[in-house]
Amino acid sequence: MEVVRSQKKPSSAFASADVVSNIPLYRSPPTLEVRLEDFERFAVDRLLVLRRISDGLARGKKPDEMEKLVNDLWKANMRHPQASEVINKDIISHFVLRLVYCRTEELRKWFLSIETTLFRYRFRLESSDVHRALMTELGIPYKVVTNAEFEGLKDKLTQVARSVSQPLPTSDGTYYKVPFEEVPELVASRRVFIQKGYAYVALNQVVSFIIPHFRSHLSKALVLTNRKWTSMIREQEKDRLTPIVEALSTSYLGPDYSQAKELGEMSLKDIDQVARTAFPLCMRHLFDTLREDHHLKHGGRMQLGLFLKGAGLKLDDALAFWKAEFSQKVGAERFDKEYAYGIRHNYGKEGKRTDYTPYSCQKIILSTPGVGDHHGCPYRHFSEENLRAALGKMGVSSRALDDVIEKAKTKHYQLACTLTYEAVHGSSCDAGINHPNQYLSDSQKTLEAKKLSTQTSFTDVQ
Amino acid sequence: MTKEEEQNGRDDMLIDDPEHQNAQLDAFPDGFNPNYLKVYYGRLFPHADMFKWMSYGNDGKHPACDQSYFGRREFSFTLDNDIYLRFQSFNSASELENGIKDKCPFKIDIGPVYSVDPSKRLAYAQSGDNIFTPVERELVFDIDISDYDDARYCCSGADVCLDCWPLMTIAVKVIDTALRDDFGFNHILWVYSGRRGVHCWVCDGKARRLNNEQRAAIADYFRLYKGNSNSKSKVSLLGPALHPFLVRSYVDVLRDFFEEKLLCSQQLLSDERYEKILEMIPDESITSELRGKWQDSRRPASGKDVNVVRWEQLKHLLQSGKQKAPGIRRCVEEIVFSFTYPRLDMEVSKHMNHLLKAPFCVHPKTGRVCVPINPAICDEFDPTNVPTLSKLLGEINTAGLQAEGDKVWDRTSMGKSIRYFRESFLQPLLKSCKEEIEGSHSVKVQQAKNSLNW
Repeated sequence: MEVVRSQKKPSSAFASADVVSNIPLYRSPPTLEVRLEDFERFAVDRLLVLRRISDGLARGKKPDEMEKLVNDLWKANMRHPQASEVINKDIISHFVLRLVYCRTEELRKWFLSIETTLFRYRFRLESSDVHRALMTELGIPYKVVTNAEFEGLKDKLTQVARSVSQPLPTSDGTYYKVPFEEVPELVASRRVFIQKGYAYVALNQVVSFIIPHFRSHLSKALVLTNRKWTSMIREQEKDRLTPIVEALSTSYLGPDYSQAKELGEMSLKDIDQVARTAFPLCMRHLFDTLREDHHLKHGGRMQLGLFLKGAGLKLDDALAFWKAEFSQKVGAERFDKEYAYGIRHNYGKEGKRTDYTPYSCQKIILSTPGVGDHHGCPYRHFSEENLRAALGKMGVSSRALDDVIEKAKTKHYQLACTLTYEAVHGSSCDAGINHPNQYLSDSQKTLEAKKLSTQTSFTDVQ
Repeated sequence: MTKEEEQNGRDDMLIDDPEHQNAQLDAFPDGFNPNYLKVYYGRLFPHADMFKWMSYGNDGKHPACDQSYFGRREFSFTLDNDIYLRFQSFNSASELENGIKDKCPFKIDIGPVYSVDPSKRLAYAQSGDNIFTPVERELVFDIDISDYDDARYCCSGADVCLDCWPLMTIAVKVIDTALRDDFGFNHILWVYSGRRGVHCWVCDGKARRLNNEQRAAIADYFRLYKGNSNSKSKVSLLGPALHPFLVRSYVDVLRDFFEEKLLCSQQLLSDERYEKILEMIPDESITSELRGKWQDSRRPASGKDVNVVRWEQLKHLLQSGKQKAPGIRRCVEEIVFSFTYPRLDMEVSKHMNHLLKAPFCVHPKTGRVCVPINPAICDEFDPTNVPTLSKLLGEINTAGLQAEGDKVWDRTSMGKSIRYFRESFLQPLLKSCKEEIEGSHSVKVQQAKNSLNW
């Protein structure tokens, strides 16, 4: 794949006329020219799809729901103004993300798992012609069961279908006869009838044996890509593609919270109230610690400080807030001398005047709090005991608590936070939590909506 | 040996005199020791047949034969004092025979055929890539009666008797039928493990080339127990219908065995034991009705076995038209399956590099030879009558003066087993291997020819 900065139009990836399948198998990198902007943009679009699929899986969505999710995501994100370019976008974005996700074992595992899932559900949505085209492309030796054969086997096929609550076979349906070794999944779960070494596979089961081929090919390809990346590409492309590739794997893809927006400002008067009702656990913990200890170390100051900025706390208010707390510990003079500068720096009023953006969940989860630190993601770092206590304080019911703990234990920290949100507010958060400021603004919206519908007002609490 | 030499006799040869024959047989007390083994490996163990088997036709003269094949097979020897030698390999029949006679192993295990000679594996480890890897291995199964301890009351652990051995017999029937009819395999060898179970070796080329995932799939196809920490034998037959494989096993083998043999031989519904079966029925009203009937311990007037009568009552209640819940109707099958359905050791079958004891070894604890079992007449197999080392040695002595070198085995109780091994298993297998080798060779030749055609 050649990447150019020109405005040239990319040509079609397919030289041959065989375009029966809408689902590429990504066997070989496309031989076309890609604009640098497209390189990044296509990858970001696909990454969004993959991330949302990952969320869906971790939330335990059922196959039907996943099918719908995949379909919606694909339509929403993988479009292209030119219909003929849709498939190129598909292929290019896949190969770009291979570069991004080939680099460590963990990244490879994630990418393999999600791309396989994506393939599985896209496959389900396709016609049997496409299925057959793919089987042929993969070199799977299948035969279509003839009517005569079918009649002879109908009883047994019906028995199998009934045993796994599948639709009953009909004479106008399609069955494939494949060597049993090709479909180990189906054999292991006794979902097919086998006779003399052949398995009789229903149309809707075909995905079962295509998937392992797809997966094993991609798995090998990722290892090879990693080798090429480390030995050659990374260095070659260090001024062009490499920075893009390296940024993509940790990129945050949600709304920009560096400019506090519609929900207006956060006022000091409300801050305790808001902290109690609308802060995510990480910020709540930092906030409570600050109130109690009148101090936070650097990591905590950054995480909480930027969060409050994104929430709409103005610089003057921020200075007043931090001073009120810190002066109780270190005195007003020391605050002005040692800490005020840092706060102004966060707001872009000092130094190189960068207006720092509040940290996303991803960034927070990756941080490593040490002794005396209170930042980072509590779902990751808190012991189970502490987590239960903290969540209890937030008002999470004991039933939901177990689910949250489960997610935290299985390292799905953002999902744990999402479940917390849902438990606290009693409403669902389909998009999942990706950013503490998102948690805050969603919370505030929900609370506002409740306030309007029930006509109760917030009590003013100091 | 001349007649004079025979008559003079050596110290260890007893006089061939009919009156003394019984005394001769008693002269070898039951047991297992290096001296007995030495004679066994010297006179009885079928070295040449094992070599032919493990070569799968590659010991022939055909140009397509792979001369390195046999040498890439792993054997492992367990010696006296539990010394364990892995990754042994041999390049010819005589090397194998000499190796065995020399080391006199208490146990011989057979491993896979590797990509390179296993004894040279370390030389290949340097390159980093996985060069040393299994490439062929029979599909194997191991069934052990000690896994059935909750289904039998007559014995436990390593003990076996004629009341519980039939559990092994039906396991053989169920699995053997499935391997042939469902999976299409033909070259299957069942072997008595020497004490308390059976092994199965599936030797078709297709089977030998299966990868671990495919082996696991076959093992899972056969698996029924959902391994609960509470009840290992909990069988869960969900779904409105059973898979044809399970139906066939039930109708052809398991049901009749349970009703006609196991119920009575294990007294499964006796007063002390029926509670366990009642626990498998998830309906209180039914179980209390049955309990009520059975606690009244009058013997049935008809003289029928109480277990049979009670089973009829149980079935009647569970399968009556009144019972709507599918879980209830299915209970009868579940009970039968949970007692009788084969229990395989999954781990043995799933991995290509799993070692398994070679047929015709002698079991150190029982002295019995691991003889083949003919699945077609497995009902007749009697584990308590399998030749032991001492019995065979007695027989050798009896035969001693008449028999010449190789054919000694034919004069002993081993004869039948070796003949079965050769005629019913080895010969058809080798014929098929030869066809395969010649066939793939001619395909290659044709391909080469085609590629030369412009």
